[in-house]
Amino acid sequence: MKINGKEIELILPMTLGDLVAGSGYCEDRVAVELNGRIVPRSEYANVSLDNGDSVEIVGFVGGG
Amino acid sequence: MKTDGEFRIGKRRFNSRFILGSGKFSLSMMKTVMENGGIEIATLAVRRTNAGGEENILDYIPRGLTLLPNTSGARNAEEAVRIAMLARELGCGDMIKVEIIKDSRYLLPDNCETIKATKTLAEEGFTVMPYMMPDLSAARSMAEAGASAIMPLGSPIGSNKGLLTRDFIKILVDEIDLPVIVDAGIGRPSQACEAMELGCAAVMANTAIATAGDIPMMAGAFKLAIEAGRMAFVSKPGRVLHEGGEASSPLTGFLGD
Repeated sequence: MKINGKEIELILPMTLGDLVAGSGYCEDRVAVELNGRIVPRSEYANVSLDNGDSVEIVGFVGGG
Repeated sequence: MKTDGEFRIGKRRFNSRFILGSGKFSLSMMKTVMENGGIEIATLAVRRTNAGGEENILDYIPRGLTLLPNTSGARNAEEAVRIAMLARELGCGDMIKVEIIKDSRYLLPDNCETIKATKTLAEEGFTVMPYMMPDLSAARSMAEAGASAIMPLGSPIGSNKGLLTRDFIKILVDEIDLPVIVDAGIGRPSQACEAMELGCAAVMANTAIATAGDIPMMAGAFKLAIEAGRMAFVSKPGRVLHEGGEASSPLTGFLGD
């Protein structure tokens, strides 16, 4: 699957919650898009990932 | 001293008319800069984030500040809407500065795409503040589309060239019934002051502060300049003589008369 544009091989089964927490993200500081659709934080644990998926994980940075 | 106090963007009220962009600063300096500038609104950008261990800017911005995410990186309305949705999902409110740039040399905004994004985001319940080329017709369309303020540029982003669009911004101040916030290009406190004297509701700056020799002190200088400009506008500047002079001292009672 793709995370922020990089190809990564997942060990399935895995939920979005596993991916976010397991990768060391602070859950309340990120927003996640799965295949172009925003997933609310409350649903991370219920969303199963697949190797064809594309995930974007974004946060705030300094900017004008 | 009595001044005119707060101003409104959408349903929120603010006392500080100095909006700070948070780019190009070291995070450790952020709090002092915000305090020196009397900042109530700070802009942020949304970017892909790497896993683990990175310091987060939200830990460095004083609590109670209003965050204004931008849609920088968007090249069209669709991308701007996508970024705005992600920004809202990050959980810092519904204000959004729409910034749509196709041109990578001058970094000038695309007013047509910005109008489209403004309409969509206003319908989605955002408080929309479009960054724009100061053009009256486009500003009217943005107001109709549901903008809560307009943010015309003074000169290209990051240039520190000042208020090159002065006369066009004045037209927006006179004609558009929304707060006009000069954004981009303001490089000196004197230029921020001039924008406020024209009747702008607020000034946004980032590079001017971040590239100064003493960053916290420059934030303080901008604060004072923006307050001075606002007070000057409210107190209605005196007339300009077209020729000659007019004595300020009495013209009678000279010694030796």
